[in-house]
Amino acid sequence: MAKVAIKKTSEIRAEYYRPNSFPTIWCPGCGIGNVVASMVRAIDTVGLKHDDTVVVTGIGCSGIIYNYLNFDAYHGIHGRAIPVAVGLKLANPRLNVIVPMGDGDSSAIGGNHLIHAARRNIDITAIVVNNSTYGNTGGQFSPLTPTGSITTTSPFGNIENSFDLCELAKGAGATYVARGATYYSRQMIDLIANGIRHKGFSLIEVISQCPVQYGRRNKLPTAVDLLKWQKENTVSVTRAKTMSPEELKGKFIIGELVNIEAPDQEYTARYERLIEKARSGGKS
Amino acid sequence: MGKVTVISGNEACVEGALAAGVRFFAGYPITPSTPIAEGMSRRLPPIGGKFIQMEDEIASMNCIIGASLAGLKVLGATSGPGFSLKEESFGVAMLMEVPCTVIDVMRVGPSTGMATMPAQGDIMAARWGTHGDHPVIALAPSSVRECFELTVKAVNLAERFRTLVFVLTDAILASLLERVEIPDSVETVNRPRPTVPPAQYKPYQITPDGVPPMADFGAGYHWYASSNMHDERGFLATDQHAVAWTLAQRLRDKILKHKDEVTFYSTEWMDDAEVVVYAFGSTARSARAAVKMARAKGIKAGFVKTQTIWPFPEELVSKIAEKARTIVVPEMNMGQMVEKVREVVCGRAKVVSVARVDGILIPPAEILEAIK
Amino acid sequence: MPVKVCAVTIDQAVCKQCGICVAFCPKDVLVADKEGQVEVAYLEECSGCLMCELLCPELAINVDIAE
Repeated sequence: MAKVAIKKTSEIRAEYYRPNSFPTIWCPGCGIGNVVASMVRAIDTVGLKHDDTVVVTGIGCSGIIYNYLNFDAYHGIHGRAIPVAVGLKLANPRLNVIVPMGDGDSSAIGGNHLIHAARRNIDITAIVVNNSTYGNTGGQFSPLTPTGSITTTSPFGNIENSFDLCELAKGAGATYVARGATYYSRQMIDLIANGIRHKGFSLIEVISQCPVQYGRRNKLPTAVDLLKWQKENTVSVTRAKTMSPEELKGKFIIGELVNIEAPDQEYTARYERLIEKARSGGKS
Repeated sequence: MGKVTVISGNEACVEGALAAGVRFFAGYPITPSTPIAEGMSRRLPPIGGKFIQMEDEIASMNCIIGASLAGLKVLGATSGPGFSLKEESFGVAMLMEVPCTVIDVMRVGPSTGMATMPAQGDIMAARWGTHGDHPVIALAPSSVRECFELTVKAVNLAERFRTLVFVLTDAILASLLERVEIPDSVETVNRPRPTVPPAQYKPYQITPDGVPPMADFGAGYHWYASSNMHDERGFLATDQHAVAWTLAQRLRDKILKHKDEVTFYSTEWMDDAEVVVYAFGSTARSARAAVKMARAKGIKAGFVKTQTIWPFPEELVSKIAEKARTIVVPEMNMGQMVEKVREVVCGRAKVVSVARVDGILIPPAEILEAIK
Repeated sequence: MPVKVCAVTIDQAVCKQCGICVAFCPKDVLVADKEGQVEVAYLEECSGCLMCELLCPELAINVDIAE
């Protein structure tokens, strides 16, 4: 994996964050700040034009991400960030549309939109901050919360199966799928940057930490505990290939999971061809 | 010279939207509004516009909000259940002040109701469907020609006021075929644009007009469109009571202070009218016939057809109440509009409701009975 | 070639004292005092790996490296 050139944090702050953004609203040790920083560094690495870049968020702790950045930004309602992003992208394909969401936003209330954006293969970059919980509402279980977890709505342990969002996106037709973790920040920047560069629908799931609403209830009370847990429970794509399904149980595979280069199959590219066809009287 | 053609109400909505400059449509199939989506899928691509069939009604509404922010004039179309599903997102367009036009082809509800049958049951859903207080503009055509004209007006008003505008048609108008002249061009309105450099731009500026200038996303203004209460810069104001109150009032006033620009109606036989039929939409067709029948019988009946459902034309109804003895309000619901009429009339005249919800257009004879 | 680290700066006004930088510094350069305030105790040990800078959720740390 290519080494990411690291721009100074002070420069990143000055260039992409609004003045007086820090300290942020998020709890001490919350991983969202890490994901935002990696997202911004990825935007910087790829060299996206500031004016052409739009950040679209939904609701929850991750919904506030837009509030610190100096891009055109949309902060909508719960679960509907992706359809707004689809509208922006289709209306103006020149825009780089980046959609950071939480696990609840993207996999529960907005799960259907994620599936269909992946199926359409429209060129937006979805970043899912998976911190295993609905943090903003006080720590309820989400579809990505590990089975057995104690949350405010699963006080006796979560009996639901969690699902693999990356596999879901892959199955739906996403042409770039990756999973990172906040502990592996350089890799995360790289994965997001590749997702942005990718012409087609990209999903980058980032395993993140919520010490206050999730960790505290699950014997991982600090951000440090949760990051150590990440180290112990993530395996690289390469290493995963050498492991048995038994060994992989409960582990998160991190790295690039899908990367299919087919820019002409991207939705807005297809749409341009549709317009040409319609203009020539329906003949291709 | 325009083009004379025989088309349906749904097709007229498509033509009106295109004439007004709509270049983006997102929708989901639902009876009886589907032909609007079909028409858009056929008509938009050849002129470089975009049509997308989304995965559901909610996605469709959010998709047009996104496209409007990118600078395009946008349209959505739906019917009853779809209208309910979009309600939360209607609030987004209103609070964020994103110009959107949505056609609701009303059918019998609640729930699946009678999918192919006409109703006018979404009057209050249009007014109060989304939670919280908000302004609303809703227009109702009563003929295919008006489907064209009011869709044009709706798109223009959405741009003029940076807001969401509804066109409430129904299952009769949807498939009714009438002869219409489609003009070569219509008067169009564009949303107000910023005239200041990006650093000074306030997306929610308190202007004398009440309508702030709107920059396209991607135009270098770097602004926030937020579904939270926000200040003039678009920044969060979720703990700022005065800012929230100022915003709520501005949203209300930008429409109410320009009621003359959004109030459309016509009157007939009103000079000596003692009994006035106040009608809208398809029902206005029977109502007019009933008034004609009454006149033939020597009854001093008058006819008012309102095209503006919301904001409620209070001054108009008040004026009727000053002269008329009786006001008859026919509508294909269980009495939604009549409540508002009673409130404004306030005992000055007798208000008679002719209301039914069975998928049948109220026959003129039934309205005539009420006139007598 | 080992890099020369000139300074590790912590923006104390925004630091939330989550302890990540202290826990994951491979050279134990950073130390938290009793109140949790992070101090650069052993700058000379710093290898310039940027672990602290990249892991800080508040972007409160800057590591200056001489080229």
